[in-house]
Amino acid sequence: MTPVGSPKPVDALDSAGQQPTATVSAPQSGREFAPARPIWQVLLIRPETVTLALLIGAIIVGSQLSRFFLDISYILESSTLYSEYSIVALMLTLVIISGEIDLSPASMMALSACVFASVFQAGAPIWLAILASFACGLAMGAFNAILVIGFRLPSIIVTIGTLTLYRGLAQVLAGDRSISHFPDWFVGIDYREILDVPVPVILFTVAAIIVGLFLGMTIPGRQIYQIGTNEIAARHAGIRVQRIKAGLFVGMGLVASLAGLITASRLASVRYDMATGGELQMVLMVMLGGTYIFGGRGTILGTFLASWLLVIIATGMTVANIVVTSQLIVMGVLLITSIIATNAIYARSQR
Amino acid sequence: MMRLTAGIGALMRHREAGNFVMIVLLAIVVGLIQPRFLTLETLRNVMLAIPLILIAAMGQMMVIIARHVDLSMGSILGFSAIVAGMMFRDMPDVPILIGVLVAILVGAGLGFLNGAIVTLFGLPSIIVTLGTLSLYRGFVFLISNSRQVDPQFIPRALIQMSQTSPILGIPWLVIIAFLTALASYLFLDHMRLGRQIYALGSNPSAAPLRGIRVVPVTLLVFTLSGALAGLAGVMYAARFGYVNPGITGVGFEFTVIASVVIGGVSINGGVGTVLGTILGVILLGMVNVALPLLGVSEFWQSAILGAVIIVALLIDRSVRISGQQALAAERSAR
Repeated sequence: MTPVGSPKPVDALDSAGQQPTATVSAPQSGREFAPARPIWQVLLIRPETVTLALLIGAIIVGSQLSRFFLDISYILESSTLYSEYSIVALMLTLVIISGEIDLSPASMMALSACVFASVFQAGAPIWLAILASFACGLAMGAFNAILVIGFRLPSIIVTIGTLTLYRGLAQVLAGDRSISHFPDWFVGIDYREILDVPVPVILFTVAAIIVGLFLGMTIPGRQIYQIGTNEIAARHAGIRVQRIKAGLFVGMGLVASLAGLITASRLASVRYDMATGGELQMVLMVMLGGTYIFGGRGTILGTFLASWLLVIIATGMTVANIVVTSQLIVMGVLLITSIIATNAIYARSQR
Repeated sequence: MMRLTAGIGALMRHREAGNFVMIVLLAIVVGLIQPRFLTLETLRNVMLAIPLILIAAMGQMMVIIARHVDLSMGSILGFSAIVAGMMFRDMPDVPILIGVLVAILVGAGLGFLNGAIVTLFGLPSIIVTLGTLSLYRGFVFLISNSRQVDPQFIPRALIQMSQTSPILGIPWLVIIAFLTALASYLFLDHMRLGRQIYALGSNPSAAPLRGIRVVPVTLLVFTLSGALAGLAGVMYAARFGYVNPGITGVGFEFTVIASVVIGGVSINGGVGTVLGTILGVILLGMVNVALPLLGVSEFWQSAILGAVIIVALLIDRSVRISGQQALAAERSAR
């Protein structure tokens, strides 16, 4: 009952825009084309394959480190620590495929969770607090969208600004208090299980299937690839570039507030510094899953596998008693090597 | 809408003048509300709030002019500070100057590594430095064993640099910062390499056609940025008297980026002056000193910083648009 190897709805081939099928053979033979690459070669040079190989490798190494490691319920349990980030990373994959980036989701998680907690503490019923949290996420996403799409500012710098702004507003709202005393049914989502699988993991898997289907099967989903590959061409082809991009940024806000609520439930309390530095892990999941940093390429399957890879690595490091601070080094090295590797793979498949 | 932003842009075209007016206005307004603001004490506080940010801002400014960004600056600052601090702790006989040099060299090394990854693989600097932000912070914890360097180990002479002064009661720290700014000005405005940074940032694909060696210039920019972050690191030890692996330099990059963009350095590269950045740093420093005097909670600092970054980006955009319109008007008049 583990989702590690669960089949994905998105066809493995349908993601990378063009397929590297034909290459010019010997230069002297002029216009003749070499035969198409066999399927196994096409599959081998896909970044998701690398992610999958790394995932299998990490599981093998982990099981060598400790014989307690291969306990699926333990892995599922520790994966609940990451499922908030994983859910946001799914949405972030779409944003990066469209050629933009959003560095503010961790701050959005904190602010929307602080809004939720403050509204609840003010005596409002909890459904109203949850609604307020989503409204806050919507507003933050819309604000990012207005700055990036309305004012045509580069998303990289804009979201550095809103990262600081949203985190600051969370601090204004919550001060240095930690807000808790939520009702029992709200707290402890990571201990609720359906068929022995924790609820956050189920949420993540369902979200992955929905986002994957959207990206792979729907017209707007496919158009995201075109926008990321060549925005000007996409506009000339009649794609509503601005509307789709704005939708993605607003979606980021909504997903981030969902993630904020899950975190609030898991920790049973809310502080302004929730998920500090989480943007690194979210970007890392997307990059590790083989999404191209310059846009136009990438899959939800990759991000899905990569977030499991990260869970395995983090669990393995914990099992092997590697201190948390050294995990910072591992995360940094992983992020840099994964973009280098992905770039190299795409450069090769483009030849 | 376009006309409005263009109008603001025309006003703000001269960013140095605009920032100077803002500084004077801020001083008058805050002074009217809270007369305590207009005292020598405030001047001193503002002066002491500036040096660290100013030194690092010179480096970040060069990086942004070259159309890159260095997010790892706070971690480089932290690493240099902890290396220098541990050196002072474990080798008490080492002269201060050696400690400062080591901090600068260590910072330069980490900055060079940033530049090497960016240029070697042609990767966007923002993601690379997001990775090294985490990597270098990990180094800080690793090398220090997660332990703070306590105040008694920081040499007295170093700590006194934020109090004693050679002339006019201006602390050493402030003088060092302004000497750094002066050197940056001479480098950026009067040396060929400095001008090449502008050329590289205003059009990266045209730069090699003009004979600019893109890779060495980019490497140099990141190395300088790291070196200045290293200098700021040892200054941190001088200013605060301790180095803590989990605190020193955390979030510092956002303050630096905010003061650089409010100083009129364009995030699209190729535009920005040392004077503008100095004024941006002063403006931000004044805001931070004024807030507690006005009774605004310190919790507002980060939110204001974020708002400042966004406002500065919007001003930058309107300046660009009004500049393009002025150019177009000039062409059609001809």
